[in-house]
Amino acid sequence: MTSAVFPGRYTSLESISEFVIQAAQHAGLDDAAVYAVQLAVDEAATNIIEHGYGGEDLGEIGCQCEIVAEGLRIRLEDHAPPFDPQAVAQPVLNVPLEDVRPRGLGLFFIHKMMDEVQFDFSPEGNTLTMLKRR
Amino acid sequence: MEITTTEYKNCDVIHPIGRVDSAGAPQLEAAINAVTQLGRHKIVLDMSEVTFVSSAGWWVLIGAQKNCKKHRGEVVLACIETGIRASLKLVGMDDYFRIYDEMTAAVGNI
Repeated sequence: MTSAVFPGRYTSLESISEFVIQAAQHAGLDDAAVYAVQLAVDEAATNIIEHGYGGEDLGEIGCQCEIVAEGLRIRLEDHAPPFDPQAVAQPVLNVPLEDVRPRGLGLFFIHKMMDEVQFDFSPEGNTLTMLKRR
Repeated sequence: MEITTTEYKNCDVIHPIGRVDSAGAPQLEAAINAVTQLGRHKIVLDMSEVTFVSSAGWWVLIGAQKNCKKHRGEVVLACIETGIRASLKLVGMDDYFRIYDEMTAAVGNI
C-alpha cells in the first residue's frame, strides 16, 4: 500500500493524479481504466477542496492506494464537514445545448468511472473508498 | 498549463498543453475569452497535447460553445486523446461539438 498527503489546493491535482496513475499502472489496469481512475480521483479531490473545505488551502487530502486481488482500491481522506452525496444535484444530460447547466458532473463521473464507491463520515473526518477492477 | 492562440483568416486555433483540470480550466477560459472579446467566435481547440480534461474543463467548453453559437460561431474539437473522448461520450456531451481527428479537417470545415 502507498499513501501520501497533499495540500488541499487545485495545483495539487496534478500530483495526486500522478500518484494514482502510478498505482493504477502497478495494479495492472489498462489505459482506459487508468484514465478512469485519474478522472474519478481528480473529481473527488476537487469536490473535497471546493465543496468540503469550501476553498483552497483550508485542509489536506490524504490518498491511499492498495493493490488488491480485484484491482486497485483508493481511499481519499479529508477533515472537512460531512456532506450528503444524495443531496448533490444530478447532471441533466442529453438535452439541447442551451439547457445544459453546470452541476453534478463530478460525482456522476466518480460513479461511472469506478466499480465501487463508498462515502463514510465520522467526527474524525470523511473517507471516500473506490475500487477499480482489472 | 501552456496555451498558444493562432489567428487564421476564418478561425482561431487554441492549443493548450497539459491538463485541463480545476487548476487549468480558468486559464483555458481566459484564452477563449481573449478571442471572443475580439468578436471572433469560430474556434478550433487543438487537443493533441491535452492529456486530461475534468468536469471543470468541460464546463468551460460548454460555456464557450453556448457563447460562440449565439454569435453564429462554433467551438470545434480536434485530435482528442482516446480516454478524454470516451469520458465526453459517456456523459453525452460529444453531441455538443463537432470533433475531428485532424487539424486540417477541423480548420477547413469550421
